[in-house]
Amino acid sequence: MLRLIILRTASAVPVMLIVAVIVFLLLRLSPGDPATIMAGDAATPAEIQGLRVSMGLDQPLPLQFLAWIAGVVQGDLGQSILSRMPVSDLIADRLGPTLMLALCAIVVTVLVAVPLGALAAWRHNTWVDWVVMTLSVLGFSIPAFVVGYLLMLFFSISAGLLPVQGYVSPLVDPAAAMRHLILPSLTLALVLMALIARVTRSSLLEVLGQDFVRTAKAKGNPAFRMLWRHALPNAAVPIITVIGLGIALLISGVVVTESVFNIPGIGRLTIDAILARDYPVVQGLMLFFAFIYVGVNLLIDITYIIVDPRIRY
Amino acid sequence: MDMNRREALLFTSSALLFAATRPGLASAQGQSVIRFAPHAALRVLDPVTTNAYITRNHAFMVYDTLFGMDSAYVPKPQMVDTWKMSDDGLTWDFHLREGLAFHDGAPVTTGDVVASIKRWWQKDVVGLRLKAVTKEIAAADERSFRVSLTEPFGIMLEAFARPTSIPLFVMPKRIADLPPATVLEEVVGSGPYRFVKEEFRPGVSWAYVKNDKYVPRKEPADGLSGGKVAAVDRIEVIWFPSPDTAMSALQNKELDIIESVSPDRKPIFDGSDITVIARASPTVSTIRFNWAQAPFNNVKLRQAVQAAVTQRDYLDIVVGNPDDYRICGALFGCDTPLESAAGFADKGTPDLERAKQLVKESGYKGEKVVIITPGDVASFSALAPMTQQILASIGIASEIQTMEWSAFLTRRANSGPVAEGGWNLAHAVFDGIDLISPLGNMNFDARGKAGYTGFIDDTETETLKTQYQREPDPAKQKAIAEEMQKRAYDQVFYIPLGTYKQFIALRPELKDYVNSPVVVLWNVAKS
Repeated sequence: MLRLIILRTASAVPVMLIVAVIVFLLLRLSPGDPATIMAGDAATPAEIQGLRVSMGLDQPLPLQFLAWIAGVVQGDLGQSILSRMPVSDLIADRLGPTLMLALCAIVVTVLVAVPLGALAAWRHNTWVDWVVMTLSVLGFSIPAFVVGYLLMLFFSISAGLLPVQGYVSPLVDPAAAMRHLILPSLTLALVLMALIARVTRSSLLEVLGQDFVRTAKAKGNPAFRMLWRHALPNAAVPIITVIGLGIALLISGVVVTESVFNIPGIGRLTIDAILARDYPVVQGLMLFFAFIYVGVNLLIDITYIIVDPRIRY
Repeated sequence: MDMNRREALLFTSSALLFAATRPGLASAQGQSVIRFAPHAALRVLDPVTTNAYITRNHAFMVYDTLFGMDSAYVPKPQMVDTWKMSDDGLTWDFHLREGLAFHDGAPVTTGDVVASIKRWWQKDVVGLRLKAVTKEIAAADERSFRVSLTEPFGIMLEAFARPTSIPLFVMPKRIADLPPATVLEEVVGSGPYRFVKEEFRPGVSWAYVKNDKYVPRKEPADGLSGGKVAAVDRIEVIWFPSPDTAMSALQNKELDIIESVSPDRKPIFDGSDITVIARASPTVSTIRFNWAQAPFNNVKLRQAVQAAVTQRDYLDIVVGNPDDYRICGALFGCDTPLESAAGFADKGTPDLERAKQLVKESGYKGEKVVIITPGDVASFSALAPMTQQILASIGIASEIQTMEWSAFLTRRANSGPVAEGGWNLAHAVFDGIDLISPLGNMNFDARGKAGYTGFIDDTETETLKTQYQREPDPAKQKAIAEEMQKRAYDQVFYIPLGTYKQFIALRPELKDYVNSPVVVLWNVAKS
């Protein structure tokens, strides 16, 4: 396993370098630049050009790239062009809310979706299966902003039970933090729940038709024990894959949910930076996301080995 | 298995640690706090580098100005106590009032003022004009300074009271003296509120605390002039990317003020205890032509489009409710000292026959006109389709090219032909306060390719502007402004599409809000 970790970590370096080059070029080749944004709506071409020069954007692209990548190698992601703050500080500032939101959403999702999917598979082609699958289709189809605003309407505006917006760190006020996280976590979890419930169901259905399950049934195993001890572990690999990718997806930005509940997370930072053409911030974020995806994939692979000893790399 | 548990534990603890990275806004108990949702997120702190409204509004909270524009757009003294213009109009003496101090405790001196003026006049369009006619600007003593000119500059007070684009904010000399290309990061003003740099989260939130040492003027607050009283201990500003969430937060008492509520969202507050008032400065949308390229380098074709446009058509589409809009052809703003209907020929119905005749006279050969529009700005969404329909009605072929705001600004700054990334027609949306000055109104920048987008090239207008800047008499200023307006309509600098209201929403606990063209929160108290 140690070898796997070392190999995967080493392979992350070329992956991130390729990401760095592609993101750098894509940003520079797309129309618009930070000088235009910073100068404002009423700026003249000369004013914009003046800012461009002061930002070093008039330099040849290879020089700009080298200056940036040299900083990255030394652990310096650069400074936001607009706010003049270090990119690493901006990412660290926004990571907390996103991680908390992702953690809560994924816990809720796994606790609800896996049992529901298993139940639907066990009661295959009965009303239980239909209800679970109908709910999962609904959960997957309704846009997050609709779910978010409906939850807000019922639980915040009408009932006055939960806050509409914002984020509170759990280390500052744990109770307030949970109150602020309930609605956005539910909103996010609904979509993931639908997906994971469906994957759990289909994966379990495949396993439930296999010989060892029939044998376990013939030996008189109780249904519950058979499902949880025998069938589910054998159906776990695709479920773990989807959960892992869900985690990566949540961390790399859930901009709609963050916007609806006004949570200052990574997703909003990414969109804002892209729209403002804040090159260093976008580049830093993309490197960070590449790192997250490599890391999550590594975790998924390690989990495969743990849940299924037959798997070897 | 043990290793997996450790990893899981590590992951969870990392998440919690990251979650505690910064506390965000941190108000203390017992403080009076106003929570405010602005129209945009603050990212750039330097009010001289950018003319973004959000940076300007932030600067008005923190910095003080020499003069302030009152609600009738008349300059009134703010940091200045007394002033005098010489009989020949070539010398201006200013004397600062007592008790002015920066947030770092240092007194405000004329050295700071002169340095601030010298930074400002390198960027602001009116400031540039002042710089061009200034022989010398110097401090006479700690509280007096003199501006010596080579020719009269009748709009000196208006220049110092500029409420928009780049107002003249007074900052410490050590900051104002930094090279002009340096984007300022330190925020040290002498205004009624102090910026809390440690709580600044770009694109998220920021805060101001009361400047206990600020000495307000005795006069009542009026627009951007008069006594600026810091009536609460703290103001927390929270940016909401979703206006609907902000409105829900206001109803749920998580917010106290929303700066900008569009007319279509206003009815949501009907029947609630929320106070909704029209902002002092209306919104004005316009059609702009690219003068530098065919076919709109041809005045006949611009006149043709003007003849086919009626403001009511646009306002009905963009706003809907006639109570929330106004048909107004005054290019220097409605309800302003320079308001005039000179040259405005919109009778409420398009003159299609005349428009078609002008198209024919222009020699237009059927080439396709490119309309560029930002797809991510709501106030623009209805404008391009409406204009395309109007162009089609008079036989002008067109194509709408939609892009996001940053690409739009870049494209719009390109004076080249369409094949080289240029454009033919675009729309612009202004805050009414941007239009009140013939020298500051960007729609009258007639310097060709060196000027504002649209690249209007008209020496006659530039000459009139110079006459205006020399003229101290308001009546004569108005006459010159009318000439400029007639010229603009005749040559079709741009087409105004009417004005409409934006609203500010306040919780009932708030009182003494001063409705100013720039939304500022001094004097607002909370019960």
